[in-house]
Formats: sequence, structure tokens, C-alpha cells
Amino acid sequence: MIERIPDIVNRDPAIQRWGRHMNETFMVEVGDEQHLFTVRAGRIEKLERGPFVMRPWRFAIRARRECWEKFWRNPPEPGWHELFALLRRGDVAFEGDQRVLMAYLLYLKLVLAAPRRA
Amino acid sequence: MRIEPIAGRYARMEIDGRAHRLYFEEAGQGIPLLCLHTAGSDGRQYRAVLNDAEITKRFRVIAFDMPWHGKSSPPAGWEQEDYRLTTASYAGMIVQVANALGLERPVAMGCSIGGRIVLELALRHPGEFRALIGLQSGAFVERYYDAAWLDHPEVHGGRACGAVAYGLMSPLSPGAEVWETTWHYMQGGPGVFTGDLYFYQVDGDIRSRIEAIDTRQCPLYLLTGEYDYSASPRDTEAVAARVKGAKFTVMKGLGHFPMSENPEAFLGYLRPVLREIAG
Repeated sequence: MIERIPDIVNRDPAIQRWGRHMNETFMVEVGDEQHLFTVRAGRIEKLERGPFVMRPWRFAIRARRECWEKFWRNPPEPGWHELFALLRRGDVAFEGDQRVLMAYLLYLKLVLAAPRRA
Repeated sequence: MRIEPIAGRYARMEIDGRAHRLYFEEAGQGIPLLCLHTAGSDGRQYRAVLNDAEITKRFRVIAFDMPWHGKSSPPAGWEQEDYRLTTASYAGMIVQVANALGLERPVAMGCSIGGRIVLELALRHPGEFRALIGLQSGAFVERYYDAAWLDHPEVHGGRACGAVAYGLMSPLSPGAEVWETTWHYMQGGPGVFTGDLYFYQVDGDIRSRIEAIDTRQCPLYLLTGEYDYSASPRDTEAVAARVKGAKFTVMKGLGHFPMSENPEAFLGYLRPVLREIAG
């Protein structure tokens, strides 16, 4: 599912506009699997799959595989539709630079929910 | 062109001894129905209730923007202080606004922080309200994110507040209404959403007192959207289980801002409640 994100985002200017000023690398972990997103001006320039050795990132979003699977269902069930819903229950962890994560929160929500699209 | 039946006016009044210029909108006639918006937003959230012909036939619907919100200005001297909503200031403001507008035993309906404060009104002022309607009511929500980021010079407040509000809505709600609701959040002043959340996440813990609510003095209706994770159906259910006589309904497919994110679906739940109140 996660590998579909770059194609969907890079074809959708309505998502890109919320990340227009973003030039960052961030980590998304799906269980043990690591995925590094590199964003340039709202486009996803690279999505690399780990494992990585000493690669830097600005922030990381980690959740168990079954949490992401429920999150990506269309439509998602109540409680599985939104990162902060998972956060309240402790089903997702935000690590690293919280300021950048909060500054691009809307963009990140749209990017990470993209796999729900058919 | 079509002009809506909503009229907006400014009232000059004192709240807690300070001069305020308060904006409110109203439509209809009959039983006063005072609508309380959510944290960091304003009275536009109730646009569909104010526009609903069935409701305004029997109710005078009034939605005011709290001081610091929407078109209500902060009081003089605001630049020297941090805005912070507390249980006492919030409950007091509602009663003072209702009195200043000359509302006789209004129905009060509030969402989120408003859904919490109607529980407080039920405790403090049961004789002054004909009925209370809590939307997305919970007795308390433990902090699970740091609201200080919503008021930080290196994070765009409008974008961050909008992002938080956006996520609280249901994935099934119509896009145009969801983004309208998000826009209201993007327009909030710096620190206002965070100041409201002080009540929601810190000061407004009512868990130890809700059993004292007497619904024979003032009926209490609780409506909660099933997709809300901030004041979830489970949170409201916990309130309903401890308040004898409270009437609780889960609103299918709705999120944290039912009146604004999916007005048509919400009105389907609200109209029967208002019919019952009107008798």
C-alpha cells in the first residue's frame, strides 16, 4: 500500500500545494519495515525501503502493520480514520522534530491517507 | 441570488467586568436556542441550524462568537495577556450573554468544549435553561498531543489548527462542508484554539461531579458522532451512564463537528430532539 503514495501524490496538485515549502526526509515505519520519504516542494522525490544504516531523517511516524492496514481501508472504520485517533490510543508514535511535523501536518495527513484512493 | 434569513449584529456588553463587542447571528422566533461553537472556531458552524425553516418556525436560534473568536473582538488590552478559557469564565460568559440578550430560559446547545460546558451549566444553572443539548460531550479528555504547537511562531497557526480540525471529521462527510469547517479553524487568531483547549484538556475536568446533574430540573440530550475520537461515543456513553435521565444518541457517520461537517445528516438527529423540547 505505502508504495502507491508517490504516484498518487505526484499526480495530485491539490495535495502538493499543502507541502509546497517542504524539503525534508521523514521516516514511516510499517511494523518492522522502514520507508524513507524525501519530499521536494511538495512532490515525493524518493521513497526508499530499508533497512537503513545511520540514515538521517527529520521525524518518524511509527505504527504496527495491522494499524496501517486498518488506517488505509476505504472507508476506514471509526477510530482508524485519522493519525490523531491512533495517537490518542498510543497506536502511533511521532518521533524527532515535532515542529516540522506540526508545520506540515495537513500535508502529511493527506499524503499518508492517499492509499485509500482506489 | 438568495439572501439567507440569518441576521448578524454586534452587541456591546460587559463580561466579567470588561467591555466587549460581541458578534451574534440569529434567525427565527419562539423558544430561544443558544448555540455554542467549538474551540478555536465561531458561530458559522451553526449556519444550517440557523437556515432550517422547520427549526426557526418554533425556535429563535442564536449563535454568538465567543470573545476572541470570529467577528467578536478580544477586549482592550488583549495584546498584553494570554487568552485562556476556564470553567468559571466559560460558564459565566454564557449566562451573561443570555441575560444581556434578554433570553428567557433558553435551550443551550454546545459542541465539544460547548458539549462539556452544557454539563457544567446543568450543575450550576439548571433552573435557567429549558433544556441542554450536548454535542460531542465528554467529562474529560486526557492530553494526547501538545496544543502549544498550535500557537508557535515557527508553525503556521492557521495551517496547524486547520489540520487538527480536519482530522476530527468523518471520512464520510461531504468534502465541501469538511473544508468549510477547516477554513473556520484556519481563520482563528494566534493562541485562541490553544487557549480554549486549556479548558478542554486541563481545567474542565468534570468527571468527579457529573452524577449530581439533575435532569428532572433540566433535561439533558447528548448527541455524538461515531467518528469522533476526541469526544468519542464511548466518552459520551460514560457520561450518560452516570447521569440519570440523560438521553444519548450516537450519530452514524458523523465526526466531531456534526452541525458543520454534515449539516443535513445532523439536522435529521436534531429536529426530533427540538420537537420533544418544544412539546
